[in-house]
Amino acid sequence: MAEAVATIPVGSGISPSQRALRHLASNPATVIAFCILVVMALSAIIIPAVTPKEWASTSSAVLEAPSATHWFGTDVLGRDLFRRVFVGARVSLLVGLAGAVVSLFIGTAYGLISGYFGGKIDAAMMRFVDLFYAIPRLILVLFFINTFDDTFRNAVASFAAWSDIDGLVPYSRILLLVISLGLIEWLTMARVVRGQVLAIKSQQYVTAAAALGQSHTKIILRHLLPNVAGVVVVYLTLTIPAVILDESFLSFLGLGVEASQASWGTLLKDGAQSINPIQNQWWLVVFPAIAMSLTLLALNFLGDGLRDALDVRGKR
Amino acid sequence: MIAFLFRRLIALVAVLFGVATLTFLLIRMAPGSPFSTERNLPPAIEKALLEKYGLDGDSGRKAAVEITTQWGWNEEWTKRAGEVGSFFEQYTDYLSDLLKGDLRLSTKYRNRSVKEILAQTLPVSMTLGLTAFVIATVLGVSLGCVAALRHHTWVDHTAMITALLAISLPAFVTGPILVYVICLQWNLLPVGGWGTPAHLVLPALVLAAPFVAYIARLMRSSLLETLNQDFIRTARAKGVSEPSVLVRHALKVAILPVVSFLGPLAANLLTGSVIVESIFQIPGAGGFFVNSILNRDSFLLGGVVIIYCTLVVIMNLLVDISYTLLDRRIKLDG
Repeated sequence: MAEAVATIPVGSGISPSQRALRHLASNPATVIAFCILVVMALSAIIIPAVTPKEWASTSSAVLEAPSATHWFGTDVLGRDLFRRVFVGARVSLLVGLAGAVVSLFIGTAYGLISGYFGGKIDAAMMRFVDLFYAIPRLILVLFFINTFDDTFRNAVASFAAWSDIDGLVPYSRILLLVISLGLIEWLTMARVVRGQVLAIKSQQYVTAAAALGQSHTKIILRHLLPNVAGVVVVYLTLTIPAVILDESFLSFLGLGVEASQASWGTLLKDGAQSINPIQNQWWLVVFPAIAMSLTLLALNFLGDGLRDALDVRGKR
Repeated sequence: MIAFLFRRLIALVAVLFGVATLTFLLIRMAPGSPFSTERNLPPAIEKALLEKYGLDGDSGRKAAVEITTQWGWNEEWTKRAGEVGSFFEQYTDYLSDLLKGDLRLSTKYRNRSVKEILAQTLPVSMTLGLTAFVIATVLGVSLGCVAALRHHTWVDHTAMITALLAISLPAFVTGPILVYVICLQWNLLPVGGWGTPAHLVLPALVLAAPFVAYIARLMRSSLLETLNQDFIRTARAKGVSEPSVLVRHALKVAILPVVSFLGPLAANLLTGSVIVESIFQIPGAGGFFVNSILNRDSFLLGGVVIIYCTLVVIMNLLVDISYTLLDRRIKLDG
């Protein structure tokens, strides 16, 4: 027995999460992606706060090309685009993150329940997911947002009145976006979590917990949930870009954030309108497009890197 | 096979029934009516309009009120029962119209039926969608195969980075930029509009791009996995030529994940076409769809949703059938 212990290689002393971190750090693409995201997030916080206030208001300097004062040029109302791109980053990143978190809660809970109980419950729950996969989901969201916009606004207004928080009402649309996008983006998460649960629920520690008489809730929360956390993190990173894309899609159609606010979707919508045979304000498209694509690319790279590092698919 | 088809057709009808019910519920739950944006509509005219467009279940309300009054319910409850009666009648009316194939009149475009509008615009959207579908499948599968066969070479790396880039770039970014470069700078293709095949090139490519990338990634990983399996080694060992190993043995199995993605692909192309149509000014159903939401044009909205969902559900059925034709081990059930 002693010999067997001695033959274990020295390197195996590290935990799986440490190994994953090392694997991640050794991949330059992932490291670059991570740096881009940090820079983007910090810029979104800092730049709108430090740039001159008057850049946010309309001015007579309409549709100016990029210059030393206005690095990204100005838009059709004379607002500085540099500032606007990062104000848009605030909304887009926030909606992306919050929507993905909503979908994380739904998807994880759904997958855990479906995988743990198995059998007919599992079959029925997965059929439901299949059905949802088949429906053009953004159409449902469009529908949903338009249907509940007024109701939601009233609810937020009465909450604001009750809790004495000023300035809450303009955010009701963003809140509705977060909820409704979270409500449609949980499907992949649910599938993956379920697959993972199916793989681990037959392991001995789960059987032991059941034999010791632990309740279903406890088994799910104490034994299954910690073991699916890795997968959940991976798919959270991959859901954020999906939600950002969805939000920009809706904003592009004029159903996302309101005109007074900016997101990458609304900026790109304005930009797309400026490209036509009569006029060419290329900066209106190019700068928001770079900001958005860079972020989405970084998130996708990071998600892929995390997936490889944690070997989510390989282990199943 | 026939039993499977029969079961799936019943399921299809059930799903469509569900979609119709959901659509109706969402339309009715939305506050306000299609006429509430009209300024100061006299009550009599509004009532007439509601009746004309079948938005009012008056006889249902009367019947429910009558019954509940006879039962001696108080006024409040009678009123509520009347609302339920009216609501239920509207619902059954709408369903029976749908069964007759009548999608009713648009409430905003005067004297135009939903069917008429869809008959004009849907073929345009379908042409665009179908072209993009073919491009996405053919290009995606071939790119994925090339990348897998040149695994760990610069071809593979470039293809996969390009793919990730294409997934991260939405149509409303690639669209305007391509229009700027190809149409305005080089004058190669028309900027927008519809009618000739030249009008179709750019929109279809822009619509297909992210899905080409997605399918290529799917195809690559699936083919890599398949090529490592025992039956491929066996085929090579018994002297089957390399092209034949690829086409007759590996591809047949490796393509299955791609096939199962084709159902969701159809759904995604439908939503994507809304954006692409607006960028390239294509007279498809997408614009009507968005406007029907903004205008509360209830029946146009219902019509578009039901037609879209029907297309997607049929597409999924076709995918399931082609699945068995490709792989005989898969049993059709459910």
